[in-house]
Amino acid sequence: MTTTSFRLALAGLAAGLTLSLTVPSALAAEGRVEPPAQSWSFYGAFGKFDRAQLQRGYKVYKEVCSNCHSATLVRFRNLAQPGGPEFSRSQVTALAATFQVKDGPNEQGEMFDRPGRAADAFPSPFPNEQAARAANGGAYPLDFSVLAKARTYERGFPRFIFDIFTQYQEQGPDYIHALLTGYKDAPQGFPPLLPGQNYNEYMPGHLIAMPKPISDGQVEYPKGADGKSPVPETVDQYAKDIATFMVWMAEPHLEERKRIGLFWISLMVILAGLLYYTKKKVWARMPDGSPLH
Amino acid sequence: MSGHSSYVPKSGIERWLDARLPIVRLMHDSAVSYPTPRNLNYFWTFGGILTFMLVAQIVTGIILAMHYTPQSTLAFNSVEHIMRDVNYGWLMRYLHANGASMFFVAVYVHIFRGLYYGSYKAPREVLWILGVVIFLLMMATAFMGYVLPWGQMSFWGATVITNLFSALPVIGETIVTFLWGGYSVDNPTLNRFFSLHYLLPFMIFGVVILHIWALHVVGQNNPTGVEVKNVAKDTVPFTPYATIKDVFAMVVFTIVFSWFVFYQPNFMGHADNYIPANPAVTPSHIVPEWYFLPFYAILRAIPDKLGGVVAMGSAIVVLAFLPWIDTSKVRSMSYRPIARQLFWAFVAVCIGLGYLGAMPAEGGYVTASQIFTVLYFGFFVALFIIGLFERPQALPNSIADSVLDTLKGGSGARLATATASEPNAKG
Repeated sequence: MTTTSFRLALAGLAAGLTLSLTVPSALAAEGRVEPPAQSWSFYGAFGKFDRAQLQRGYKVYKEVCSNCHSATLVRFRNLAQPGGPEFSRSQVTALAATFQVKDGPNEQGEMFDRPGRAADAFPSPFPNEQAARAANGGAYPLDFSVLAKARTYERGFPRFIFDIFTQYQEQGPDYIHALLTGYKDAPQGFPPLLPGQNYNEYMPGHLIAMPKPISDGQVEYPKGADGKSPVPETVDQYAKDIATFMVWMAEPHLEERKRIGLFWISLMVILAGLLYYTKKKVWARMPDGSPLH
Repeated sequence: MSGHSSYVPKSGIERWLDARLPIVRLMHDSAVSYPTPRNLNYFWTFGGILTFMLVAQIVTGIILAMHYTPQSTLAFNSVEHIMRDVNYGWLMRYLHANGASMFFVAVYVHIFRGLYYGSYKAPREVLWILGVVIFLLMMATAFMGYVLPWGQMSFWGATVITNLFSALPVIGETIVTFLWGGYSVDNPTLNRFFSLHYLLPFMIFGVVILHIWALHVVGQNNPTGVEVKNVAKDTVPFTPYATIKDVFAMVVFTIVFSWFVFYQPNFMGHADNYIPANPAVTPSHIVPEWYFLPFYAILRAIPDKLGGVVAMGSAIVVLAFLPWIDTSKVRSMSYRPIARQLFWAFVAVCIGLGYLGAMPAEGGYVTASQIFTVLYFGFFVALFIIGLFERPQALPNSIADSVLDTLKGGSGARLATATASEPNAKG
């Protein structure tokens, strides 16, 4: 392309850039605060889950979140799957058995409760949406199965282009972590909260029905050799652990995907290299032997 | 280009078959001995890439259809079943979803290449129009495919787009009811979209065959836009020359495709589509897939609903008339100093419209969309006008000449302009 047309293209780009500068202010007007980025073990091409973190995340889910939130697409057996929390099969059988699951009808035509099995889905805390709403002041506690992929925030130009190269895609867990640590007193001048409303810095619009769900020290983590938990038992840490667990629930094959990707892309790069030189050789001469270009 | 066949059956069985069904001869003539201009650049590899993508979409789609349930209360969870429990189901789904995006990346490169080098001009009008038909079918297929996971964006995207037809006078409402199979987007809509989403790719396949047939009748255009004059000097046989180059380009394209599939599988999608469809809750911004954004911006730029639909439709249909809109005698914009700049301005306008399509339809964004819509259609008007007075640079005498001139490093004003415009002879 000539210099003039190149300049024209640049001018077009510049126009797009100026336009995009108006975006953050538009977001602020809607009451959105950008969640700070956390460091996640599963980020990037070599990303893997931290087993201990996933197991802690499960503990937080079981003891706190699952009182209101379901995760109907996850099954107990998934907890033993490679690339997940990797509980042993006997651990999974034991922990499934701590739940009561509705089954049936039996030969008498009656529904009955039985202890959970590895093949069962996580039982829901409420029988239906109406019951959930009735118990939560009209608000519906969302299902956790794919929630980590269903939450995001606007990245805007030009960051969304950089994201392709940096592989940043952790908007979901960043938002979940920010939300759990974002409970604050409403700032001065904020309209008074109605019953059932809570102030949260990171909730779009700042009003959230869920009261602060977790406090420091609420969940006891497994102790290390020195009798202390290797990670702090704080809201910040709980938030990171549950967000990680939620990412795994939403994307249970994440590790396998990234592992296969690395192998496959390396293979393709080598193949492309070989093909490039073959192509050069083929294109050196015309069929009659004269130089091609 | 379709001259005399150079196929020579080698064995008895080949001679036997050739006398009864000359299918091997057909393959030989169209994929081996077929003469291809020697100066094609890498933009010409996207036709092969698109064929590859179509086949990839059909293969992954057939596998997905084995595990998917087109029923409004089960569809979302059946997709999650594919993601979680089907062996490599996550791979099939991410290949298929990102494959659609990569298909459009390739088709846009392919269309802009045709635009820049004047590939729509005589005698390639039918070839070009068939391409526009394929593009339309692709858009319909992609739209209906995006509805199938039955997430929030699926449902509300389907609602917004099908509702467009209600803008048509008299028959509008009837058409919408017919599309929905009822009085709102619901299970019957999902059922028929699934059925059509499975059907349309095979129709695309059929039109692709016509597209390739037409291509092999008129021959490929090339960066100079000068027709082949001497097959021996201007062209090389398709195999091994074009085959190896196409395969190399396909593998490079696969690397980009794989980057998204394995590392950024949800980059092209919308987070809202991981929320099951809920007719009672409207998402704050309903945004179509990125490849529809420029057209979506044009739709919303017009304050009148029918006007918007007409403008959006015209933005696509106008492409089919390009062979008669462009008045220039010269094909390749490499030799058209004004048209060339207009082309890059048009590319910038399309990107700008894409950006505006993703923004909320309010305030300055609407005004900007209106300006860019005028610029979009202005391109076609300008192309008509400048062709009447633009003085093109001198064309090379033949394809071979243009390549050999470049080889010598350019020994005249004519050659300098020819080489400066585009790396024609590369690759």
